[in-house]
Amino acid sequence: MSNMNEGPLQGIRITEFTSAWAGPYATCLLGMLGAEVVKVESRRRLDHSRMLSFTTGVNFTGPDQSSVFNSLNLNKKSVTLNMSKPAAVEIAKKLVAISDVIVENMRPGVIGRLGISYEVAREVKPDIIFLSSCACGQTGPERKYVGYAPTFAALGGASFLTGYEDWPPSNFMGSIDLRSATTSAYAILAALIYRQRTGEGQFIDLASQETIAVMVGEVILDYIMNGRVQIRQGNKEDTMAPQDCYRCKGEDKWISISVATEEEWLALCSVIGKPELARDERFADSYRRFTHQAELDQIISEWTIRHEPYEAMEILQKAGVAAVPSMNAEDLFKDPHLKARGVFKLVDHPVVGKDWVTAPPWTLSDTPAEIYRHAPLLGEHNDLFFRQILGMSMAEIKTLEEEEIIF
Amino acid sequence: MKDTALEGVKIIEYCRTVTGAYATKIMADLGAEVIKIEPPGVGDDARRKAPFPGDVPHPEKSGLFLYLNSNKMGVTLDPKKGTGAEIFKKMIEDADVLVEDGSPGEMEKIGLGYDELKRINPGLVMTSITPYGRSGPYRDYKAYQLNTSNASGQANMLPLPSPSLDRAPVKPGGNLTDYDPALMAVVAILAAVFLKGVSGKGQFIEISKQEALINMQRVESVTFANTGVIMNRMGTANPMPGGIMPCKDGYVVSVSPEDHQWESLMELIGDPDWSKRDWCKDRFARAENAVPLTNLIVTWMQRHTKEQIYREGQALSCPIAPLHSSEDIVKSEQLRAREFFTEIEHPVVGKLQFPTAPYRFSKTPWQLRRPAPLLGESNEEIYCGRLGYSRDNLVKFREAGII
Repeated sequence: MSNMNEGPLQGIRITEFTSAWAGPYATCLLGMLGAEVVKVESRRRLDHSRMLSFTTGVNFTGPDQSSVFNSLNLNKKSVTLNMSKPAAVEIAKKLVAISDVIVENMRPGVIGRLGISYEVAREVKPDIIFLSSCACGQTGPERKYVGYAPTFAALGGASFLTGYEDWPPSNFMGSIDLRSATTSAYAILAALIYRQRTGEGQFIDLASQETIAVMVGEVILDYIMNGRVQIRQGNKEDTMAPQDCYRCKGEDKWISISVATEEEWLALCSVIGKPELARDERFADSYRRFTHQAELDQIISEWTIRHEPYEAMEILQKAGVAAVPSMNAEDLFKDPHLKARGVFKLVDHPVVGKDWVTAPPWTLSDTPAEIYRHAPLLGEHNDLFFRQILGMSMAEIKTLEEEEIIF
Repeated sequence: MKDTALEGVKIIEYCRTVTGAYATKIMADLGAEVIKIEPPGVGDDARRKAPFPGDVPHPEKSGLFLYLNSNKMGVTLDPKKGTGAEIFKKMIEDADVLVEDGSPGEMEKIGLGYDELKRINPGLVMTSITPYGRSGPYRDYKAYQLNTSNASGQANMLPLPSPSLDRAPVKPGGNLTDYDPALMAVVAILAAVFLKGVSGKGQFIEISKQEALINMQRVESVTFANTGVIMNRMGTANPMPGGIMPCKDGYVVSVSPEDHQWESLMELIGDPDWSKRDWCKDRFARAENAVPLTNLIVTWMQRHTKEQIYREGQALSCPIAPLHSSEDIVKSEQLRAREFFTEIEHPVVGKLQFPTAPYRFSKTPWQLRRPAPLLGESNEEIYCGRLGYSRDNLVKFREAGII
């Protein structure tokens, strides 16, 4: 692994005051694209993803053992500043002065109380781009409301729309934060392009619940246009039929099959050895197939249950039918296609050891996105920033450490 | 009109799926000029998809189309025909970005692959979006949203929780699975546009929907590789009391990973005696007893409305929220106060309430510069005004099915 930023954002420095998932992954994406990301954190109140994983239920005894933290903070640098002390805030301002972008995801108002509001940041760096991300946004009657990924999915409408018709709606976990993170990342890029053109920075207020609501825009318009409240409907979509996950041979093994055209329908009938279905009046067009889906699903399941999911995929795809196994983490890791494309990458981490992470989600021909370094150990880059870049003396740093300012 | 962030960035969209259309919508909403290319005659698939006002289908009234194409210009063109390809190349000459979502090799087959277009415009950022990427054993495999949501591990974990592994995985509702990769695509495209502003050079970007979705689950996706753990939709990996719970008039969701949050949740439900017992003493004890504890909390929730629970819970700093339907979203006081909705005027639909954007920029706010284009609305402006064809040419192109 090279230790160089060669991505398109080379030369951009981002300083972040973030924790959990939504803030850290936003800058992680930009870091994979070549930006230098400096994480300001403190032993006083650790990013909880350093200490435990809500996702896997694992708890750690030290701040550098978390594979979850590693995955969301790749390529970054870490400095420790105890922001409850005024002297730490002054040092943080020096970091702001040498940054292009600031990202924070505390409760609205908190970063300002700590002494690094947008107004303060703009004083030390007039063209700064400053993004605040929180649950409901920086304004409005609910601005102080607290939340996590599941509440964003709930308020944004994703939960209400997802699940079986005969069972409560679905919860969503941390991955919902990554939608918010990706939205933050593109908003920052748009602001960087604006700054490139005009020389001006700006403030961006990002609301996690809104990042989800915009992804159900047409469902919202159905209510606005027709007063219709759409609800969860399993795997149904438009009048696509058949469309579902069908049981395969083995425990919790399924294949997803989706038929959109007459051509695909005919191919499906023939490949599952039921050419007579093509002449069956109940299934004569997609609307009829949609209304008789239960009967159709029964017939298809009788075929899929005799096959392993991968085998079924091959047979169906060869015939031109969209089909793919329902993959879990093991399937993903062992999948030959994902292997061929290098989707998982092994990172050497000094404490975690060898840690598999997901490679960047894009291929750029000239300036590839890269993972060149594990997530930083807590305070790993204190010397680099405080001594080498900001020019403090060793003695000064030692005093600040004793006073729990660099902490 | 206020300044926009992406003023002057020129984008050509030649896409069929929600992913491509949403990616360019995001950039159009940020101020880029997007010219959407639709098939002559019939137009984009989304024009035939619900919702329609009053449930009356009309190609200019699809809610999906209107939503995905705000702030864009629209032309009709068939680049598969020789003259169509020639016009396409002319459009590419001064474009910054091309986004296409055809099958791997489709653009090359009609002479519009990256190598060819790069010769015409070395500054072009060409983005190709495919279900599985342009290489690897599945590159030619077909996929609709249900398939990509399963190929990425997303559906296998839904619904959360499922009553039993004997029930099928489900995809996220609506078109969420196609929206997700659009977000990822925009990040790479804008990074490349930023670099172009520095170096003048374009490049080729490949987006695999499957991989974009895997990245949206990047923590869950490597649990097996790192620890041998396979998470599933039973939600048993790290149970916390709470989660999705029925209440008097709907559902709420509660998350309380930290002790003080648990304590506020207990305060909300009146500090019941059972909450003083050992099984609540820390999050480990609570995790072990998650099911019975949740049942006890639910008995309280069922006597209260989601509004009451939301307001009173949040007043105590409880991370708790109602499950919003589209109606709740439209009526949300918070979204109203933030002007999340605006009223737009469309020449065929008329006035329509419309969702805006998830960000508030201090200098370059979201604005509607134009509603979604009517079919072929910008043909004359682009083909005659910019590319120099005559109106007579346009008539002949139309007759030949090129535009």
